[in-house]
Amino acid sequence: MKVTLWGTRGSLAAPGPETLRYGGNTSCVEVRGEDGTLLVLDAGTGIRCLGETLGPEASRIDLLLTHLHMDHIQGLGFFEPLNRPGQEVHIWGPPSTTLDLRSRLARYLSPPLFPVRLRDLPCRLTLHNVPLGCFEIGGLQIVAALVLHPGPTVGYRITENGASLAYLPDHEPALGVDHFPGEPDWMSGFELAAGVDLLIHDAQYTPAEYLTHVGWGHSALPQAIAFATRAGVRRLVPFHHDPAHADQLLDRLFDEGRIGSKLPFEFIPGREGAIFELGKRQSS
Amino acid sequence: MPQQAIEVILMRQLASYLAIPIFLVNSAGDLLFYNEPAEALLGHRYEETGEMPLVKWAQIFQPTSEDGFPLPPEALPLVIALQQHRAAHLVFQIRGLDGVHRTIEATAFPLEGQGGRHLGAVAIFWEVPPS
Repeated sequence: MKVTLWGTRGSLAAPGPETLRYGGNTSCVEVRGEDGTLLVLDAGTGIRCLGETLGPEASRIDLLLTHLHMDHIQGLGFFEPLNRPGQEVHIWGPPSTTLDLRSRLARYLSPPLFPVRLRDLPCRLTLHNVPLGCFEIGGLQIVAALVLHPGPTVGYRITENGASLAYLPDHEPALGVDHFPGEPDWMSGFELAAGVDLLIHDAQYTPAEYLTHVGWGHSALPQAIAFATRAGVRRLVPFHHDPAHADQLLDRLFDEGRIGSKLPFEFIPGREGAIFELGKRQSS
Repeated sequence: MPQQAIEVILMRQLASYLAIPIFLVNSAGDLLFYNEPAEALLGHRYEETGEMPLVKWAQIFQPTSEDGFPLPPEALPLVIALQQHRAAHLVFQIRGLDGVHRTIEATAFPLEGQGGRHLGAVAIFWEVPPS
């Protein structure tokens, strides 16, 4: 399984010279199975660049949304494969008790917010409510589960031939917990992340910022580290960087994270363009 | 032990912050949690009670009607919410684990998750002051 980060920023795209190294695009991750199965996790602004790399050989594209906040769907209208007649695209999103996925996505993909309507896209588009539990796409086994974040939000665990990835880009497992991390059975996202080879996890805030953003649905880096430690992951990729955090500040935060405690996993800050080969030893 | 559903985790966290007594059970009826205000009425700390099955908690507090007749489990609001998936309300008496008889008023509601998942039930209750 090959995992490529196309967008690592949270909340709002933050292009500019001060975010060149970690990247300014919002959440988007490409997952390739050994048999060529293509999953796209979230449709933040990073999906535009991914779309430019996908030719006709991508006969089927499955886009798995964690939730429908703007930073996770804003790139959708600029994902070139959606404009190809006959291209098979499946979009999976968390279920809602009120509106179906099409109606919710159409709020963005329709005037006045966007000139093209969802129904006018020429691709062969199928929308799915994400099953809460296990399902398969191609050769990839996927588990989706609701996690702590405002509004219906899922995290994903993706497995192939024993290699595993957990994707929790927007996640506040410490919300309302006096002593975090607590017992695993009472910890949001624990089963998704337990023992994975690669955990991509929300680390939006500094500890000081978290104090004024409790309940906003995100984590500070020490919480992401504590969560990863309790879950026993092999590698942690802090992700969903705050748009106000320039490269220099992120360098300092990540250095502090590394130094603060002996980490029982490999710590690899999320950087746009990073590639991870799971099931093999190489990552870049 | 498998991870609790996110709605159940949120319910426990909310209950742990509220000043009204709250009692939380899972879909099988097993007691998962009651908060500190509930401890005062039930006469026992949750940490000492721990999780317990429906058949035990439905009897351990010796619920009786206002007239003093024993109440079967299926008459309790929490069991109605759990088994019939609807809200229920009742005034009844219990004997706390501290041996004190109290008249309480309880309202229970089911926890229905997205996708038709029945996750358990919650009871909020308060003591009826002696008249």
